[in-house]
Amino acid sequence: MEDKIIKQISLFSENKSGKLASIASNLKNANVNIRAFTIAEAGDFGIVRMVVDKPDVAHSVLHDAGFTVSETSVLGIEMDDVPGSLSVIADVLGKYNINIDYAYAFVTKSDVALLIVRVDDIKSALKVLSSANINLIDMNNIEAI
Amino acid sequence: MIEYWNPQVERMPVDELKELQEQKLKELVHYVYQHSPFNKKKFDDAGVKPEDIKKLDDIKKLPFTYKQDLRDTYPTGMFCVPNEQLVRFHVSSGTTGKPTIVGYTKNDIDQWSLSLARALTSIGVGRGDVLQISYGYGLFTGGLGMHYGAEEAGATVLPTSAGNTEKQLELMQDLSTTVLACTPSYMLFMNEAAKQAGISLKDDTKLRIGILGAEPWSEEMRTRIEESSGIKAYDIFGTSELSGPLFTECTYQDGIHIWADQFLVEIIDPETGEPLPDGEQGELVITTLVKEALPLIRYKIGDLTVKTSEPCRCGRTHPRIMRVLGRVDDMLIIRGINVFPGQIESVLMNISEVGEHFMIIVDRVNELDTMKVQIEMTDAAFSDKLNDIMSLEKKVASSLKSVLNLAVEVELVENGSLPRSMGKSKKVIDNRKI
Repeated sequence: MEDKIIKQISLFSENKSGKLASIASNLKNANVNIRAFTIAEAGDFGIVRMVVDKPDVAHSVLHDAGFTVSETSVLGIEMDDVPGSLSVIADVLGKYNINIDYAYAFVTKSDVALLIVRVDDIKSALKVLSSANINLIDMNNIEAI
Repeated sequence: MIEYWNPQVERMPVDELKELQEQKLKELVHYVYQHSPFNKKKFDDAGVKPEDIKKLDDIKKLPFTYKQDLRDTYPTGMFCVPNEQLVRFHVSSGTTGKPTIVGYTKNDIDQWSLSLARALTSIGVGRGDVLQISYGYGLFTGGLGMHYGAEEAGATVLPTSAGNTEKQLELMQDLSTTVLACTPSYMLFMNEAAKQAGISLKDDTKLRIGILGAEPWSEEMRTRIEESSGIKAYDIFGTSELSGPLFTECTYQDGIHIWADQFLVEIIDPETGEPLPDGEQGELVITTLVKEALPLIRYKIGDLTVKTSEPCRCGRTHPRIMRVLGRVDDMLIIRGINVFPGQIESVLMNISEVGEHFMIIVDRVNELDTMKVQIEMTDAAFSDKLNDIMSLEKKVASSLKSVLNLAVEVELVENGSLPRSMGKSKKVIDNRKI
């Protein structure tokens, strides 16, 4: 079940013009494709979180470019792209007292949407989601999107 | 076993040292009165004659010498010997005004080297050591001063001067440097540069001692440097007007030994000018007892420190000054509260998530002073949860508040974004227009 864990790239960035351009151009030069992307901003700084096709490459180029960057374990939860899907997932996690640290969603080319979540107890989350027959994607799926 | 350069002098009973100082002080006042018209006028204006100085305590009667005196008599108006007797000049950087010029006779250079030779011996540096000097050579006293002292002490000198870190690291490995003399900022810089080049100062070099000075640094910073570089870090003290780098701690790291046969140290109340007893914090005032070209009487250095006359555990009897807390000039007054950059450094270095670099930015917004401290996000402290980062900012702000009694804004910036320094680092930006 561990192989269902997705490596998200998280990085610390000052809230300044040109910062995103620098991150993007480093990834472009390393031929890394971004699947999902979000910025959580807090005044002077922000945390950039992204799911990419080659997390290890992304981590090393961004680290070498001087960024404070980490790989974070998150889950990629498949949702039918219809009303009510998010509610099913949230119900399952809530029922088992698993807290969502943060989440963001994106729609793929197919008819499923993906919810990326960081939770406080990833092992339990894996277990309860699969017992509820909720589909989780892995790194291979991410590359194939 | 404790080694001494000159055990008779260094372990001389305190009473005998005082007699020696008294004798030298009496000679000194006659010497300057006779050879320096500037000093003669100062004595006359203060209504004091050389004959009035009969015992050590009479030093109180003598007027202070200020840095401004050296500027007012620029270039050589306070010298006591004609220029042809000088063997060297050094010139201060003049960052805080007109530069000051110091001249040295052959004997002055020898006394300077002697002071450092004793100091180096007291930290176990001598024959068999390779001492890499990364203080700037040239008009600045750091490089050449340390150079002559180290040679006198019997060490092998590697005069790299400041800068060109890659070359410094290469030579450090190839020539088995055991001792590095530089600023604390440069020590950190060198350690970072070594890491980036895949070199561990601890495992891949023979470096065992750092002699660090020329800028104030805290006890907490010492711990950081010693742990990250695998060395013993010693504080060195001196100032160009007195010659240059002169004194260090001994291996006990318990205060800087000021050689009493060469210099007379007083701590005074910065407000009233009255001498303070041992253990009380005040402004450092030093009288040179053996300098020929530019002797200084009661020179106000501007550093704040504490003195002790208790003999050290190493057996040396000369007075010690505790780690310099900062300079009177460096003190920031924020909303009426006195703040030293060194206090901020102490607080920050006690928080393990905080890196070694920081910047203090002072401003005035709507007639109110504000202070912001920038610290760098480190790999170890990084979390991708905003909450974690904000609680780190809060933790740092509340630690600073509890020590300074002042609200401080803490701003996390990217790793590597604060300026690195190869010489004296600038840690404060004061944007107030006063």
